Amino acid sequence: MDIHALQQIVHQTRDARRKQTIPKFSPVDRDQLIHKYHPDYRTSAYRPIRFGPNAKDKTVVELAALLEGDSSIAENIDLTPHYTTDVLVVGGGGAGCAAALHAHGTGAKVILATKLRLGDSNSVMAQGGMQISVAPEDSPVTHFLDTLKGGHMQNDHELLKVMVEDGPSIAKWLIELGVLFDRQADGNLHVKKGGGSSKPRLLTCSDYTGLEIMRVLKDEVLNQKIQLLEFCAAVELLSDDNGHCTGAIFKDLDNHRQVVVAAKSVILATGGIGRLHIQGFPTSNHYGATGDGLCLSYRMGAKLDHIDTFQYHPSGAVYPEQLIGALVTEGIRSEGGHLVNAKGERFVNELDTRDVVSSSIIRECEEGRGIRTMSGRVGVWLDTPLLDAEHGPGTVEKHFPAMMMQFERFGIDISKDPVLIYPTLHYQNGGVKIDANSETNVKNLFVAGEASGGLHGRNRLMGNSLLDLMVFGKRSGLTAASRAGSMPQGKLTLQHLRRFRAEAKQHGSSSGVISPMILPAYTRKEPERTVNG
Amino acid sequence: MAQEDTNVIDQPEVLRHKMVTIEISGKKYEVPEGITVIKALWHTGQEVVRGAGCLGGFCGACATYYRTKDDPKVRTCLACQMAVEDGMSFTIMPPFPARKALYDIQSLKDPKQDLFNLYPEAPLCRNCNACTEACPQKIDVREGVWKAVFGDFKSVSEMFMDCVMCGMCTPVCIADIAPNLVALYVSRAQGAHFTEKPEGLDIRIKEIQDGRFNDEWNKVLAMNEQELADHCATVK
Repeated sequence: MDIHALQQIVHQTRDARRKQTIPKFSPVDRDQLIHKYHPDYRTSAYRPIRFGPNAKDKTVVELAALLEGDSSIAENIDLTPHYTTDVLVVGGGGAGCAAALHAHGTGAKVILATKLRLGDSNSVMAQGGMQISVAPEDSPVTHFLDTLKGGHMQNDHELLKVMVEDGPSIAKWLIELGVLFDRQADGNLHVKKGGGSSKPRLLTCSDYTGLEIMRVLKDEVLNQKIQLLEFCAAVELLSDDNGHCTGAIFKDLDNHRQVVVAAKSVILATGGIGRLHIQGFPTSNHYGATGDGLCLSYRMGAKLDHIDTFQYHPSGAVYPEQLIGALVTEGIRSEGGHLVNAKGERFVNELDTRDVVSSSIIRECEEGRGIRTMSGRVGVWLDTPLLDAEHGPGTVEKHFPAMMMQFERFGIDISKDPVLIYPTLHYQNGGVKIDANSETNVKNLFVAGEASGGLHGRNRLMGNSLLDLMVFGKRSGLTAASRAGSMPQGKLTLQHLRRFRAEAKQHGSSSGVISPMILPAYTRKEPERTVNG
Repeated sequence: MAQEDTNVIDQPEVLRHKMVTIEISGKKYEVPEGITVIKALWHTGQEVVRGAGCLGGFCGACATYYRTKDDPKVRTCLACQMAVEDGMSFTIMPPFPARKALYDIQSLKDPKQDLFNLYPEAPLCRNCNACTEACPQKIDVREGVWKAVFGDFKSVSEMFMDCVMCGMCTPVCIADIAPNLVALYVSRAQGAHFTEKPEGLDIRIKEIQDGRFNDEWNKVLAMNEQELADHCATVK
């Protein structure tokens, strides 16, 4: 059936649904739902890692293969450095920019290397906002408890306390740099309510929060004349005789040359793994989200945490085909948008945590109450026109300009027609284990942002990622910079790689792939006449 | 960098039967109708390093010039947000060497006057409107440049909230203005200098420094796992 005909049930049932209240699941029901439908519990998608710091721990097969993968670097290459620096930041998203700016601010010499352009990241796409407890009725402790609850009580308490307490001063820093957060009439910061949060706590810049923050941070990195190595992909780390991190090797993607950087500390801010398309899911992530930092630090001996759990954002676009996997912001549900199945019924409290909402959408679709597009994809409706009905005409356009434009390009007016959605691979809940200064168990190797793990437990709460980036970017940058004065540059060796290769050999060699992946393999190799698919 | 070519998750299914002819940088190719411009590049076997970023329409990496069949008008788009059609011709915009002024946003004394020192070309706009026509985000760029020059920084910051910094407004400017960079300066100045300081935020920072939440922290952090879970359940 035509998509427009299928939409009619959403319009027909709108008024009846507006009177309904859907209770949240009880803890028991919630656990049952997640265990049955959440992709994290699909055991066939997992396998144990054979060797390395997390030997025998289970993770998804796509990631296991990369972690066990071999380096592209030969052990006898010339390690004479092309550049020498105090702090080497790898990654140009939110965490990388925050780390570089704070390290540079103390007077340390900083190099920021990124495999795409400065700023190309997931951060730039963050629409929902940044959680910071600024409202009088809110507190850092409440923020802590909400996050813990959302993370299934598995969050690292120390990291979490640090994040919620550093939050307000981060907001101040960003405002002083010129970030334009939405305000109340009295000049105070406007806060919105996010899924899984007990208090309104989201600071927003309409639905361009990440873009606005990144425009400003990128500009500031340029103004501070921080040395950039763009289109340089990190392919291996360097270590000294004690196994401490001392630099990295890059591949310049423009001329394919190797670039060796000696650094007193390295901060990996390399982001997530969406482009691995775990379990075949489409993704909301940027082009370079291939988990490079995980592979690099794993070979170096850094322990990973919670790498068996991923966040499938409830609302990835299913239609039109061009937008598959693209995010439909949670803000729509924050403002009261309903999720509706093929029978015109609501089936979950839309403001429950992301894992619960995603699981319930998968349940609806698996039990035959999903809507099928002509291309064979299945999803449920997100009732966007409801926002205009509820809060007055023009609401969707005013509050969600980015999303309006995204769909308008394909002739869809989301203020008039509902949107078809299905969970999309969005976030890596775990990552490299860090301490409160963002350092790993490998000395002088820091990891900040999505590549790190522990903070979010088994499910990240909406709006906590932008804050994570800023807080741990700052902490890693300040700690790394503070060491530079008193610490000599360590030797540049590949001893960790020799050790890793020996261990791989013991276990029947590596997985056969070269990691990190750097970019996903979307380029078609077969001749033109082969019909795609 | 690419080890496998089996990943077809992001490839289209729906329009697989109908192929259309397009031109990429002047060369003809057959691709499935309706796929995005960036996917058309992958489909024709091209490695994309420069010219792709967030793939979600926010980063401006994939700024593209295109023309549709028989239309003389060259238009602009973001390659990840535009579907191909028969007879379409496109090329990804190379990075353009625009001049970005360097400044310390916090120490500016008179940001509205400083605009003329940092971007002396800004008041030389000749009103041709090419920048507005070039904007894939439909921002009235020309109007924004004039508002910046006349000191209406607030309006500029609101108008350019949609700006993805693709820079397509710059090569077309006959006065050599980089409107997106002017607007970025203006927006940052608006935020840093002309927006009210949120009092509640300073109060909260001071509360944390003064240890106002310490008792609550001590209580929560002393709880065992079960007590903490029960306590979390009471937070509504």
